[in-house]
Amino acid sequence: MKSTRHARSGIRTTIAIVLLALMLFPVYWMLNTSLQPSGNTLSANFFPAHPTLAGYQTAIHDQGRNLVTSLLIACGTVVLTLLIAAPCAYALAQFRFRWINWALLAILISQMIPGIVIANALYTAYERIGLLNSIPGLIIANAANAIPFGILIMRSFMLGVPPSIVEAARVDGAGLVRAFLSIVVPISLNSMITVGLFAFLFAWSDFIFALTLTTKGNVVPVTLGIYTYLGAHISNWSAVMATAMLASIPAIILLVIAQKYIAAGATGGAVK
Amino acid sequence: MSDAETLATASQTSSPITDTGPSRRRGGRRREEFLKVLFVVPAALAIVALFGYPVVKNVVMSFQDYTLKTFFTGKAPFVGLTNYVAVVTNDVFSKAVINTALFTIGSIIGQFVIGMLLALFFHKSFPLNGVLRALFLLPWLIPLIVGSAAWRAILEQDSGILNVTLENLGVIDNPVPWLTSPRIALLAVILVNIWLGIPFNLTLLYSGLQDIPEELYEAGALDGATGWKAFWHITWPNLRAVVSVVLMLGVIYTLKVLDIILGLTQGGPANATQTIALQSYQRSFVEFKFGQGAALSNILIVISLAFAVVYLRANRRQVDE
Repeated sequence: MKSTRHARSGIRTTIAIVLLALMLFPVYWMLNTSLQPSGNTLSANFFPAHPTLAGYQTAIHDQGRNLVTSLLIACGTVVLTLLIAAPCAYALAQFRFRWINWALLAILISQMIPGIVIANALYTAYERIGLLNSIPGLIIANAANAIPFGILIMRSFMLGVPPSIVEAARVDGAGLVRAFLSIVVPISLNSMITVGLFAFLFAWSDFIFALTLTTKGNVVPVTLGIYTYLGAHISNWSAVMATAMLASIPAIILLVIAQKYIAAGATGGAVK
Repeated sequence: MSDAETLATASQTSSPITDTGPSRRRGGRRREEFLKVLFVVPAALAIVALFGYPVVKNVVMSFQDYTLKTFFTGKAPFVGLTNYVAVVTNDVFSKAVINTALFTIGSIIGQFVIGMLLALFFHKSFPLNGVLRALFLLPWLIPLIVGSAAWRAILEQDSGILNVTLENLGVIDNPVPWLTSPRIALLAVILVNIWLGIPFNLTLLYSGLQDIPEELYEAGALDGATGWKAFWHITWPNLRAVVSVVLMLGVIYTLKVLDIILGLTQGGPANATQTIALQSYQRSFVEFKFGQGAALSNILIVISLAFAVVYLRANRRQVDE
């Protein structure tokens, strides 16, 4: 009896590994192609027989600057999102405002506005105020994706912060802001990390704003760099795939070292 | 959470409340109310600027002759419904509407069915379950344009691995033009989008399954409800709220997809993969007819909002339960 159950769970693990291999095949194929010799024809070999880093050399030569641009934009978005969303999340969780339900409704609906709508309007506004082709311009646009998400995630966590501990600090003379910074923020650190990681991923992955809010080629996030590489006819597959691999590194790192935060964000953002 | 609880118990034993005097308290209260509002002000401004303004601006622009010229002259005369008439009577519009519907329905069905099967599978316990399930999230975390690039390599007609494999297996005689045939391209784009959406569906449905109390299954088993019967009579009714949230969010996200289509086909071949969102992008940012682009994106907002209402209802029901 026990051994059959053992065998059955072993079979399940095997099936799960096979399914995962199918699911991640495109990612493996990206890695495989990135290590193949450069050229405009794709190799159908399942393993790089003669692995070469030539693709990565080309990628870093062509796209290194764009990777740095993406990194700056993503980090800026994290900071801006947390600065704006954290106090609001706390207020919506703990202060007794009469209009809280309306605010939450507005936040939920704002998450559903298509990116192209925001891009349309921001383009015309940025044109006027000179934020086109700028890193701050893209940071602000990307914060549009992350702020509503951040407020919802952090609020649902901060609902669980007992008001008594904040009151205790107030009684000891701490102001509202200091009580927030010295008590609520440390307690809510996990949810803030979750929000920060997702804000990073949103901004790092952004393509629509990169495509529409830049026109000159002086600010090119790596997603836009890949798109330009892709063109109609791809002349160097290994360089394209090497860039794609480099652009996947944040996702891979976060999945390995920050799995619990990712899982928290994946479910929390949508349901609660 | 445990941190908060420890702190909470600690706070109960802290010093007794000090009297600050009535007058200072009243003045302090007004200041306090003002400070409380300040917590919300930055976020409120951000939401007004990044969502409120764009929605209003799109509505206004859609009634204006807003083109590249506007940026030089500053003039965007009102033209009534001209933009709407222009986009709706365009030959590509009906195709874009049908494609948007096919793309959305096809993607949602595929993502949901596969995500559901995977969630049920992972709901059973086996070694490495958590790690393997987490790795399923990878396609969802990498940039969409990266996923599109990977699929471009796989679906490439002459030397892509899919055609090479299918030919070697003898399934096909000639390479399939996955992304270059008007008859197949939409299907290929839908398949890629299904791949991208599986992690989202798996994660949400799995967490929904975890929330169903085990006792229900134990009680059901006594009444002979196991396997399919248990699914229909216990799992499905209890999962319904999560399912409606997953489906509605899926629809709303799929309606506005741009990255994948731009990365794979750019709407081609012969407009076979045109959608409303893509049309809006092309009008605004390729042809610089911002008025027409805004008209199309307003059509998109109306469709999204219709689904959003359904979503918000389902979401509220779930929170109530």
